[in-house]
Amino acid sequence: MTDQGVPRTRAMASPEVTPSLPKHIKLRHDEGRGRWIILAPERVFEPDETAVEILRLCDGQRSVHDIALQLAKDYSAPVTEIEGDIVQMVQDLADKGVLRL
Amino acid sequence: MNEVSPVIRAEHAAQPNCGRAPMGLLAELTHKCPLQCPYCSNPLEMDKPNSELSTAEWQRVFREAAALGILQLHLSGGEPTARKDLEELVKTSTEVGMYSNLITAGVLLTRDRLKALADAGLDHLQLSIQDVDDANAERISAYKGGLAKKRELCGWMREIGMPLTVNAPIHRANIENLSAIIEFAVEMGAGRLEVAHVQYYAWALKNRAGLMPTKAQVMKTVEIVDAAREKYKGVMVFDFVVPDYYASRPKPCMGGWGRGSMNITPAGKVLPCHAAESIPGLEFDNVRTKSLADIWLSGQAFQKYRGTEWMKEPCRSCERREIDWGGCRCQAMMMTGDPTNVDPACGLSPRHAEFVALASGESGDATPPPFIYRRLAGTTA
Repeated sequence: MTDQGVPRTRAMASPEVTPSLPKHIKLRHDEGRGRWIILAPERVFEPDETAVEILRLCDGQRSVHDIALQLAKDYSAPVTEIEGDIVQMVQDLADKGVLRL
Repeated sequence: MNEVSPVIRAEHAAQPNCGRAPMGLLAELTHKCPLQCPYCSNPLEMDKPNSELSTAEWQRVFREAAALGILQLHLSGGEPTARKDLEELVKTSTEVGMYSNLITAGVLLTRDRLKALADAGLDHLQLSIQDVDDANAERISAYKGGLAKKRELCGWMREIGMPLTVNAPIHRANIENLSAIIEFAVEMGAGRLEVAHVQYYAWALKNRAGLMPTKAQVMKTVEIVDAAREKYKGVMVFDFVVPDYYASRPKPCMGGWGRGSMNITPAGKVLPCHAAESIPGLEFDNVRTKSLADIWLSGQAFQKYRGTEWMKEPCRSCERREIDWGGCRCQAMMMTGDPTNVDPACGLSPRHAEFVALASGESGDATPPPFIYRRLAGTTA
């Protein structure tokens, strides 16, 4: 899905989807407050550290599974567990319009 | 992207009653508007075009705002597209890294102008609609052919790929069309829909008897929105503002006075909220004479009802005092003559029953009074 098309059906998260931030969603570091924020229409989200790490890997190329593999390596944690958590987070953010799947 | 250097540092935060860094700025660029909606949030006495801040003044204010920590800039009015320098203002907002949101009725925009605004970095557009029935939309806004222009604009939005929020103020004269309004927003490609029951201040307060829905109508809208939220999950996000006249808890007005956002009028006056000028005894600073940081941190109007120190009972000992923030000061003023009283929308207010009765009485009137339209020059219907 590109920025040109607004989704009119709910996208469902799975290990295979390749999430990305649409052009109008801005993940940036707020120097003043010393934290990462997501700027969205009429909303400011304050993602926690893990969420920021995941979001920075959401480049539209990597799948949720790829992201899980990467984090599993970084944290020496089981992939399946991490993958489940990421699917859930990605679904939640897609429903809020923050991620495209 | 420029770095934000915060004015609010630790040493400030250690002082009592200091504001946190604000998140949002509503910049009312002009009070000019081709529409005349009877629920307009602009004050009854509007700023004249020749008193408006210049391009350079707004640009300076935007730089100061970003430095103060403001993340979201809402470009509003009146009708902000009536300003010929809007593209330049958006460009400055983009340069200093604020997220820009254009709040517009959309009827003055052309495809070329929309494209120019997108090129200047405009992040998002919020389009207000009056109704999805052409004739009724014309009656509400006193403007011909508005809905057709809005449909056309939404087409350009989809083509350009600019994210859209539809804002639908809800009141007695369109409440029965809510389901159709939701379908309209889906069809137009909106990512968000604000179903915003009218808030009764300024022009809306003047027209309250003609706008107030019944409690049964309001409850029905809650059902409709709940069902639509489920149906359009992952497609369209809903923001739902309920009218506080039928509530038992007050709204945390502005998220707390002087806590997260501010308004600037076309002539540069800085207000803690839209309606703050209805409260006597407040001194409003102007960006022409003071820096935005000074005004936010120590301006009399911001300090007056910031935090919880100003509260009387029942707010003072209420466990929700830092959730509701005592509700709305303007509504307390309007109903009780004292802005430090609890908002009459709160069930703990001794005036609450009277407040609810006002709404029930007016909404039950079979023949509501005609609208008093919002006009720059006068107030005649």
